[in-house]
Amino acid sequence: MGVDIRVENLNAWYGQVHTLKDVSLHISANQATALIGPSGCGKSTFVRCLNRMHETNPIARAEGSVRMGEIDIYRDATPVEIRRRVGMVFQRPNPFPSMSIYDNVASGLKLNGYRKRRVLDEVVERSLKQAALWDEVKDDLKKKSGASISGGQQQRLCIARALAVDPEVLLMDEPASALDPVSTAKIEDLIFELKCQYTIVIVTHNMQQAARVAERTGFFLMGKLVEFDATDKLFTNPTDKRTEDYITGRFG
Amino acid sequence: MISALPERGARVEQLIKLRRSAANHFVTLLAVVSTVIVLAPLIAILGYLIYKGGSSLNLAFFTHVPAPVGQPGGGMANAIVGSGVILGIASAIGVPLGIAAGVYLAEYGRGGVLGSAVRFTADVLNGVPSIVMGIAAYGLIVLKQHHFSALAGGVALAIMMVPTITRTTEEMLATVPHALREAALGLGIPRWRTILSVSLRTATPGIITGCMLAFARVAGETAPLLFTAFGNQFWSFNVNQPIAALPLQIFVYAVSPYDEWHRLAWAGALVLIALIMVSVTLVRLYASRGEIKGGH
Amino acid sequence: MSQLSPVTLPTPEVNSGGKRAESVAAAEPAPPSEIRKFLQTRSTSRLADGSFRGLMLLAAFSLFVIIALIVWMLVVNSKLSIHAFGWHFFTGRQWDPVGGSFGALPFIYGTVVSSLLAVAIAVPLSLCVAIFVLDICPQPLRGPIAFLTELLAAIPSVVYGLWAVFVLVPIVRDNVGPVLEKSFGWTGFFAEPNFGVGMLTASVVLAIMIFPVICSISRDVMRAVPIHQREAALALGATRWEMIRIGVLRNARLGIVGAVILGLGRALGETMAVTMVIGNHPDIVKNLFNPAYTLASVIANEFTEATGDLYLSALIEIGLVLFVVTIVVNAIARLLVWAVTRGDSTRAA
Repeated sequence: MGVDIRVENLNAWYGQVHTLKDVSLHISANQATALIGPSGCGKSTFVRCLNRMHETNPIARAEGSVRMGEIDIYRDATPVEIRRRVGMVFQRPNPFPSMSIYDNVASGLKLNGYRKRRVLDEVVERSLKQAALWDEVKDDLKKKSGASISGGQQQRLCIARALAVDPEVLLMDEPASALDPVSTAKIEDLIFELKCQYTIVIVTHNMQQAARVAERTGFFLMGKLVEFDATDKLFTNPTDKRTEDYITGRFG
Repeated sequence: MISALPERGARVEQLIKLRRSAANHFVTLLAVVSTVIVLAPLIAILGYLIYKGGSSLNLAFFTHVPAPVGQPGGGMANAIVGSGVILGIASAIGVPLGIAAGVYLAEYGRGGVLGSAVRFTADVLNGVPSIVMGIAAYGLIVLKQHHFSALAGGVALAIMMVPTITRTTEEMLATVPHALREAALGLGIPRWRTILSVSLRTATPGIITGCMLAFARVAGETAPLLFTAFGNQFWSFNVNQPIAALPLQIFVYAVSPYDEWHRLAWAGALVLIALIMVSVTLVRLYASRGEIKGGH
Repeated sequence: MSQLSPVTLPTPEVNSGGKRAESVAAAEPAPPSEIRKFLQTRSTSRLADGSFRGLMLLAAFSLFVIIALIVWMLVVNSKLSIHAFGWHFFTGRQWDPVGGSFGALPFIYGTVVSSLLAVAIAVPLSLCVAIFVLDICPQPLRGPIAFLTELLAAIPSVVYGLWAVFVLVPIVRDNVGPVLEKSFGWTGFFAEPNFGVGMLTASVVLAIMIFPVICSISRDVMRAVPIHQREAALALGATRWEMIRIGVLRNARLGIVGAVILGLGRALGETMAVTMVIGNHPDIVKNLFNPAYTLASVIANEFTEATGDLYLSALIEIGLVLFVVTIVVNAIARLLVWAVTRGDSTRAA
């Protein structure tokens, strides 16, 4: 159900700063791919290039080829079209405080003009169950605002919201970094299950997390993709010395 | 002389300490007294209004038009209604324009030259005396139509509301966290829908507050109405005719030589103050609640 | 590379994954492809985005339109008077509608003197109250006092005028006036005749009206002074007043000047309350009890009675003067306040 992503020679700039340098990789469908690296290495920028979110910054620019399935997302489609096929979960939970839980989950559909009540109800239930949040909020769907639940629940709400539009790709930018260990574990379980249905790209600072959930992992350093390999190979027998240094904690 | 110095030194030191302490106490006293002096007129004004206005307030005030000069009774019903009409026109023009301009400034005009120019213009307009706004509306509408009208009065007040509402709307929208916009854009929701359903919706309590404050401010304005709405002794619902307004009527009655009209002026002032105070208090309550709700 | 196992790989828990997969599969009523199909058919909304932005831009432009209209209205309609009198308009002391000669000096005098006097009365009071609320006042009283100050600001001009006519004027005429005459009559500022209406009464009302502005902005400016300045003064052993003087006032100086100028700007443009108690006589005398006339008041009083184009044009020229002066004064004030509070000046409106 997911789709694969081929990136070739992707370069990105924020103003004059060259943030991504010639990045090329192939993200397989229905798998979880982790991206690790020290702060500021460009992994978040890379992920935002996959759904053209970096364009929301007026001084941002990208060049290169990113193909999702058959189409080039920069040349063959508009940002809005791409973002309807690619879901994104951010580092800090950002549910809409002025909307109920139900409306939050349904927002991707309602605000794009979808009206059919019955289908919306089903989609909301399905998404909340996928995000393992249904049991906790099913009685308060329309009564509680999206911001009145705990941090971990908010993040799962954001995941449900992203899933409700039935994306083909799910991008997650350090989704558990702002959460407590229990919520983090819940979210990792989620990713583990979801990856058979979607293509997941997860940015993480936490190497153990990458090891737990992802089949393949990429190591970024200063805007370059240093190494990209099967997760266990990357962590036990890295090819590049820089990767080894990072993994053993010599920097970052 | 060395032995004498420490003694004198100690005395001088003591004197300095006393002087510093006295100065401190004096200023404290000054501050307290000033506060009392300043709050006294407020209490006096409000007290006087309630006393003089309350005794003249009766049902007739709200239902009758002014009686002929010299005759007792009568009311300011037409002025209250007239104010309503003028404020309705002013809000219908001023609120949408102001909010839309505020949306532009907050969502599209953050960094550019155009945004700064609009912001600057709004701030300049906020400092223009209201009577000058009246002159502008006079030239625009009264001169063209060759008569005074409620419409001219409404326009004069509208151009006072626009810059105020623009700035408060912009301020409120700026408090909406950027993360919310990103979440919406990330879902593939178009920019215009994001602004409407996320930014505006989240900032709604604050924006309403801003509009109510602007409304309360122009509700008490007299100068711009002097030669636009002009005033009217009788009922009038025609937007193209001169119309009575509460602050205007209060002014005319207050400077008149008739006791009966003075009485009505006090009553009118009380009603005007009551309406404005209610708005200001509501705004404060609503604003503080809105902040708590919108946050978490 | 060397054989390192820096990261122990936990074995994925297959069992819990399997259990969860069941509940996911069970809750799949709607075929996902309908959602995807729907979303694919939605428009790219380029047109909607563009139109929306265009609409908002138009609204923003309305502010330019408004100020352009005001300026145009004022300039075009005062041309007659400008051509007729030129610079003599500002030096002429005669305001003679019947004879057709218009000199605005009495109004300039009235406006400037009443405003400066109002500022002179209001500033010390404002600063004292600001200091009181910030540093001296016990915590529970702070909110109510701030609220009361806001209430003062919300009272409309005409209500101040009404109160001033029936309360302040008799006080100035009967109580305060004679006292001032006896004690300070020798200065020439307090002399007969004293009808209660005049420069002094108007200045007092103005002072009450501009007090809330000066006070609240001064408070904001003083509050914006970093707390370590106060702490430094206290650490050196300063008394409370010294701490305020050295740690706060000295740093907030510029902003307070800005607040004062803002208050001055308000006073210059104030119309109704002044009109009701200033006496409306274009005199230029030293006596503060004498009636006077301000730029705003003459417009308010005589606009609707103006016969003839020249008369109206002269009044509108006065409006132009008022407009230009208040803009300049407010611009200076905002610059100063902004420089100190870094952009909080929007609250001044």
